[in-house]
Amino acid sequence: MMMTRHALPLACFVTLAGLLGTQLGKAPPPLPSALLNHPAPSFTAPQLDRTKAVFTPQTMQGQVWLLNVWASWCASCREEHPLLLDIQQRHGIAIVGLSYEDEAQQGASWLDAQGNPYTSTPQDPDGRIGMELGVYGVPETFVVDKQGRIRMRHAGPLTPEAWQQTILPLIKELAHG
Amino acid sequence: MADLLKLKHTLAALSLLALSLTSHAADTASRLDEQVQHLATELRCLVCQNQSIADSQAPLAVQLKAEIRQQLSRGASVETVRQFMVQRYGDYVLYKPPVNRTTWALWAGPLLFMIAGGVAAMRYMRARDVGDEQKKALV
Amino acid sequence: MTPANLGHHALLLAWSVSLALGLLPLWAAQRSVPSGMKLARPLALVQSLLIFTSFACLLWSLGVNDFSVAYVAAHSNSTLPLYYRLAAAWGGHEGSLLLWVFILQLWTSLLVWRSPHWPADTLARVLAVLGLISFGFVSFILFTSDPFQLLAEPVSDGADLNPLLQDAGMIFHPPMLYMGYVGFAITFALAIAALLGPEPDRSWAAWARPWALAAWAFLTGGILLGSFWAYYELGWGGWWFWDAVENASFMPWLVGTALIHSLTATAQREVFKSWSVLLCIVAFSLSLLGTFLVRSGVVTSVHAFASDPARGQFILALLVIVVGGSLSLYAWRAPAWRERQGFSWFSREAALLINNLFLLVAAGSVLLGTLYPLAVEALDMGRISVGPPYFEAVFVPLMLPLLVLLGLGPMLVWKQADKPSVKRRGAQAAAISFLLTLGAALATQSSPLMTLGLLTGIWMLVCTAQLVARQVLGTTTPLSSPKRWTMRAAPRAFWGMVLAHTGMALFVMSVTLLKGLEHSQDQVLKVGNNVQLGAYQFQLTQVEPVAGPNYRAAQARVEVSRHGQVEALLFPQRRLYTVRNMPMTEAAIDRSLLRDLYVSLGEPGPDGQWAMRLQVKPFMSWIWLSCLAMACGGALAATDRRAAKPASSRAQASLQDAQGASITSSTAAA
Repeated sequence: MMMTRHALPLACFVTLAGLLGTQLGKAPPPLPSALLNHPAPSFTAPQLDRTKAVFTPQTMQGQVWLLNVWASWCASCREEHPLLLDIQQRHGIAIVGLSYEDEAQQGASWLDAQGNPYTSTPQDPDGRIGMELGVYGVPETFVVDKQGRIRMRHAGPLTPEAWQQTILPLIKELAHG
Repeated sequence: MADLLKLKHTLAALSLLALSLTSHAADTASRLDEQVQHLATELRCLVCQNQSIADSQAPLAVQLKAEIRQQLSRGASVETVRQFMVQRYGDYVLYKPPVNRTTWALWAGPLLFMIAGGVAAMRYMRARDVGDEQKKALV
Repeated sequence: MTPANLGHHALLLAWSVSLALGLLPLWAAQRSVPSGMKLARPLALVQSLLIFTSFACLLWSLGVNDFSVAYVAAHSNSTLPLYYRLAAAWGGHEGSLLLWVFILQLWTSLLVWRSPHWPADTLARVLAVLGLISFGFVSFILFTSDPFQLLAEPVSDGADLNPLLQDAGMIFHPPMLYMGYVGFAITFALAIAALLGPEPDRSWAAWARPWALAAWAFLTGGILLGSFWAYYELGWGGWWFWDAVENASFMPWLVGTALIHSLTATAQREVFKSWSVLLCIVAFSLSLLGTFLVRSGVVTSVHAFASDPARGQFILALLVIVVGGSLSLYAWRAPAWRERQGFSWFSREAALLINNLFLLVAAGSVLLGTLYPLAVEALDMGRISVGPPYFEAVFVPLMLPLLVLLGLGPMLVWKQADKPSVKRRGAQAAAISFLLTLGAALATQSSPLMTLGLLTGIWMLVCTAQLVARQVLGTTTPLSSPKRWTMRAAPRAFWGMVLAHTGMALFVMSVTLLKGLEHSQDQVLKVGNNVQLGAYQFQLTQVEPVAGPNYRAAQARVEVSRHGQVEALLFPQRRLYTVRNMPMTEAAIDRSLLRDLYVSLGEPGPDGQWAMRLQVKPFMSWIWLSCLAMACGGALAATDRRAAKPASSRAQASLQDAQGASITSSTAAA
């Protein structure tokens, strides 16, 4: 009885050390989306290209698509852009580019210069749509399923590894389902 | 003469009414400020290294603070605004964690520590509590 | 040989000397070999010499701008003023570790100098344990964090010290804080010595107490400085955020407070013996845990050093060896110890036990809150945040009963307190407290919560004043003697306690008044605008560009007036440090005993707009002064010379005390 009482501090420490040890070296994972498995918030937004109709996520029902949040002032967006172009060309996946807190003129000329992988480019000049989505940084990419539910959020620029290992398999799975 | 007096009284009454209205408005404005500030200290700035949106100057923090002010001034309750944030950003945005299955140990912990410690302390004291005569003899 | 070279070689030598110091005297003490035990002192002094040399070399390299050294290139710059170049010694991870080891040697040297009467085996064991700790940290430095590493290609100038650290706070806060953290290594070493040797008696606690008090005083000062610095540096007017790193310093403080109280009982009555030993281990373990948390990248904080998992692994290993080893030793050896003394539930021992209970539960709760998000993440249960609202909701109710006890406890004597007299004194103090609180509450129109806080603080003050009155008026010295009215009416430990408890009382009152009465507003202002905060009017009169030694800034001029009279002129700045291109806000504070006026400049907007934070903080200075009082109280009690006397003459002295007037036995005799 007395032995266990004196060993209690040691037992507590071992638990603590275990916790710290397992968490060491792990970079804090990006915030999971609060909207996971929830329907994507509905919104209507004019597009960068004024000649096109206003965009609403409803129109994308029935297919698996990506929502990419970007801006012309965002340096990391430039990093991921070639990958987006590649995804659109090679896999034909619909990518909707939400222009976040950006001026229409700036956004349009940026796309002209960098290439436009987006099937639609809804505008979000005051960030309200971003707020509905729980966007906290730029760029972010959401995977939306056929029923319009958000199935994944990738925060930060898309990387080939993330694409190959996580996003593409998820898209394939959702496409079959 | 009587008209002048009547005018004076009317003016006095009107100015008192105006004064009470403005001071009430001032009260309401400062209460709103307080509410906004208080709620902002409870919400986490998502792009900062551990700061509340009240203290952060980051664009997202400023935006969220404006959103809070807008909603509260339209009459939403503090709880509604809090839920608004949680629905979009998750429990992570709350500096005061909710009480649920994940956090019960966090909230119950201090109480459990106290009970366990208290029991241990009482048992120890009971073991040490010799009779009064014996204590006098120990001096 | 360049200073950097010399510094590195000194470290290498220190590595071997610390190992020798760690092993030889320890073995000699176990085998009772006097010649081996005698080696402890000289080895410790050689170790000190080597570490002092090494640290001096780092300072020299920084002073002369030797940019061939990687650390100097990363943390200093030729445009940096000399005092900041030197402070950069602890501005980065590697240098701060060398500071840690340097301060360990300061304490070790102080110990060698100040403890001639300890038995040879105890001293040998203590110095050996300190040597082993030094060995662990020097290994850490040499293998993963060498400040003397040279750059492959020397650069012409350095990357500059982080602008946030270019401040007087940087010069004083880390060294003082480390003095506190590392000071608990001494009591840790004493605890290990007690566990390794035969069962200790009360003299062990008498030796430990001054060192515990000294470390505690430094830690109090270090935390105070950190908070004071954050208040004016970080630009949001707060001074405590329950940040992981702040908590990492607060937990050893709470346990240290429990320790100094527990040691009092052990030294006086030989109770709580194994508990005091355990507390010594826990206090230092929390210091080490703090070191781990700040450097491993496991928690997010503005304070954290750049994280590196390899370094985190090394510290974790160190933690496992030191803490795991000592707790295992405790589990093995402590159960055999026996305590014979009894005490009533209505006694000073019981009060100290309850004091410890509350402090440890508080420390445990802070630890729980700090690490819970980590645990939730580890168990894949999502992401949560635990911030100030949680800690305040848990900590404040926990502290309240303890603070009430602070008034009551010193009224109780050892073994068995006299119920009628305590009731009388308590009632008297309570009556005075209620009256004073009523007055204060009416004067400040306080809310119920604020009144409760005021009552608690006033209760503590009244009880302490009552204690002093009884002590000064009740000694056996004749009324006519001047001695009666001087400090000599009671030992230093008593006055230290009075000062520290008074500080605590004032702290509670100032925090209560501050939280209840402060005004804060965030406004966007243009030149000419003004804002009304309580009785004060803030007017932005001007914004102009200024230049500093290594920054450009926009400086605002704010006039603060009350009742039409200008009371203060404030000049907050928004700086851009040129080398790192880093913006920073420099708050302007007008301090007085009654209130602080606080203004900080935020982001500029279009049309000459400026985001500004304006605050009126009543009694803010009292928060700092009360903590300073606590630290000074601890330091005063640490210098009480009675602990230095050998056991036999102290026994005589305490017998005389007991035989003297009954009132004197209520003092915190050691």
